[in-house]
Amino acid sequence: MKRDIITSAIGIIVFTLFCGLVYPLFITGVSQVAFPGNANGQKVYVHGKLVGSKIIGQNFADVVMKNGKPEMSAGEPVTAPDPRYFQTRPSGTDPADNAAATEFANYGPNSVVTKDAIQSNIQAYIALDKAPDGTPYYPGGLTAAKVPVDAADTSASGIDPDISVRNADIQAYRIAAVRHLSLATVDKLISTYTAGRGLAFSGEPAVDVLELNLALNRQTGGS
Amino acid sequence: MTVSGWLTIVLFVVLLTAFAIPVGGYLARVYTGERTFLDPLFVVPERMAYRVLRVDPDNGQDWKHYARSLIIFSLVGWLLLYLILRTQTLWDFTGLNPMHYHSGTWNLSFNTASSFMTNTNWQYYGGETTLSYFSQMVGLTVQNFLSAGVGIVVAVALIRGIVGRSGKSLGNFWQDMVRTVLWVLTPMSIVIALVLVWQGSIQNFSHYLSVDGITGLGQQIAMGPVASQEAIKMLGTNGGGFFNTNSAHPFENPTAFTNFFEMLVVLIIPAALVFQYGRMAGNRRQGYAIYATMMVMFLGAASVAYVAEAHGSPAQHAAGLHTQVVAGSSGGNIEGKEERFGIAGSALFDVVTTVTSCGAVNSAIESYTGIGGAVPFANLSASEVIFGGVGTGLYSILLYVLLAVFIGGLMVGRTPEYLGKKIEAREIKLVSLGILITPLTALLATSLATASKAGRASIDTAVAHGPQAFSETFYAYLSQANNNGSAFAGYTGYVQPNAGNLGAHGITFADILGGFDMLFARYAPILFALAVAGSLAGKRVSPAGLGTMRTDNVTFVVLLIGVIILIGALTFFPALLLGPIVQGLTGHLY
Repeated sequence: MKRDIITSAIGIIVFTLFCGLVYPLFITGVSQVAFPGNANGQKVYVHGKLVGSKIIGQNFADVVMKNGKPEMSAGEPVTAPDPRYFQTRPSGTDPADNAAATEFANYGPNSVVTKDAIQSNIQAYIALDKAPDGTPYYPGGLTAAKVPVDAADTSASGIDPDISVRNADIQAYRIAAVRHLSLATVDKLISTYTAGRGLAFSGEPAVDVLELNLALNRQTGGS
Repeated sequence: MTVSGWLTIVLFVVLLTAFAIPVGGYLARVYTGERTFLDPLFVVPERMAYRVLRVDPDNGQDWKHYARSLIIFSLVGWLLLYLILRTQTLWDFTGLNPMHYHSGTWNLSFNTASSFMTNTNWQYYGGETTLSYFSQMVGLTVQNFLSAGVGIVVAVALIRGIVGRSGKSLGNFWQDMVRTVLWVLTPMSIVIALVLVWQGSIQNFSHYLSVDGITGLGQQIAMGPVASQEAIKMLGTNGGGFFNTNSAHPFENPTAFTNFFEMLVVLIIPAALVFQYGRMAGNRRQGYAIYATMMVMFLGAASVAYVAEAHGSPAQHAAGLHTQVVAGSSGGNIEGKEERFGIAGSALFDVVTTVTSCGAVNSAIESYTGIGGAVPFANLSASEVIFGGVGTGLYSILLYVLLAVFIGGLMVGRTPEYLGKKIEAREIKLVSLGILITPLTALLATSLATASKAGRASIDTAVAHGPQAFSETFYAYLSQANNNGSAFAGYTGYVQPNAGNLGAHGITFADILGGFDMLFARYAPILFALAVAGSLAGKRVSPAGLGTMRTDNVTFVVLLIGVIILIGALTFFPALLLGPIVQGLTGHLY
């Protein structure tokens, strides 16, 4: 008994040093040398300013101004999606796309709350597709049935960097019109930033929204 | 459903089997002391470890001694982890608490320490919003290794008891732990961690990033030594996330490739142990029979989950969404799932991590459809015998094997025997207790939590009503009892006192009940499994006769599946009806 306690105490210290310090420090050392970009989060700089991470979703929205001041709601500035940018998926974090406090939305499959949330996401998606004069950018206009599921359902991480190809293709009409680009140009950028399935079969083709938006900014010269 | 979706499931099974067979052979050599290709690296550290620990590896332990070493070692580990969590701020001098998070409260720390020591890794703690890098590395990562090791050595000890031909020794606990960490967990974790960083996982000690954002709307991005923890979290079927959203977070699981890779990593040891068992039993067909049993149930679970999720949910349909596959969109119930994994990659991951005791999630299980969500419930109801946790899966299914042998023996009217050893009243009593203790714990805890006001405080009333609220509660205690750790994550055991967290506060009832749920349902079955091992170890082996029931053919596989499903169904069916099955059978919204 006493013997076991002593051995356990020594054992836990030895294993802690080995598994808790030597192992992670070794991995950190190798990673920082072999893959420094990835190990540090694939940071993206624009004109020397850190603007995000390539693989973390971002909220491409602007603060809504009212009488020259940001409109506030519950202590947080109200934001609206910026139509010049491709929009990421709905997020369950607070505020949207908060990459320092991720959480699931936990919307149940048979829940009225879920239905309402999806409906409001559908409405927001359709509203964003309308030009200031009310005409839709998407030919023939969007209906709930045409909205891709990933545009109306929250992601898991709340910071999903990707959208589906269909979601991007629909938003492309708006982007092309707002940025005065040809649809073909925007579509070409979409395919450039679409990652295929892993090993050609795993997962879904996914469009990286942040990289796509950065490329658009470069194309139209500035933000 | 898509061709690539089904291909994912099929190729996964094929690749898993292809890798598991050689790894099983390697494990058998490690635990029988034969030479392996890693010996030159580890023989010296191994000898040093024995000298520091002052143990004689050749000193065999009977089951009681083996169990005593294991329990005391676990207790001491628990104490250290609890202290680390409680004194988080004391370690600020290391620079590994860049966000200056406060120390955990006693109740939350009790739950988290119990959770990591039992290989559960239930997430009442909030990952990036609660824990310092120091706590994650020196606290959680260490228990990720050790709890996995404890599971594996129990399985090895039980194998030795079943196949042993001399005396009462089950081996030496300390030797088994040292060899598990050195020969199995560490080298594999190093490779896995580096593959993850290569694909985009992070591994640093930076302060959280404050970025400007492309539109000027700022964003905070959590950092940390993620890959090293992610590797052992998956390999050791631990499942406790570095981040709150676990393997859905792009830094934990950056690509569709890593998603597939992580699934293989979760199942590799549980699957390989089955082949190791066949080798150590001197009859590989015994291993194949168990593998076939597990695989049939696994494929069933994966197919049902995929079909259910691809169909979409009642809430989606009520909102007017069309959920079929169209060009460029996966369709289906993508609520709470990541685009890069898609429906199949999420559903399969969910099955992989709930048949094992991993409990990592790459999608929100709470958002699964009724039937899709019933699959993890069913996996847990089978008491983690479909591959199961590292080690726990094998020792649990071996208990079921003994029970099936007993039932089969009764049917044909002969004294039941397994691998030449007679199964008698004492063994069957221990087996029954070992099998029933987990369901009993889960159901008792669920009843307590459902019936009491303190228990209902954990339900996320903002989103969960009706059957969903019951599902949240039931899943919480079922998952903790099975040491799984996945969650209907609306169910909460902690509250953030203010934004930016300064020390999350526990919900005492949920933390304590969950903590005891995990501890009891982990160590009671371990003791029963070791007792069975001890009881079998000393038995004489009689040669197989004409009337001996074979345990390596299709008939036995069918019998074994029948026994597992029967026990799971009899125990849990009423409770399952009240939660996920109701939702699966109706389009009604609550």
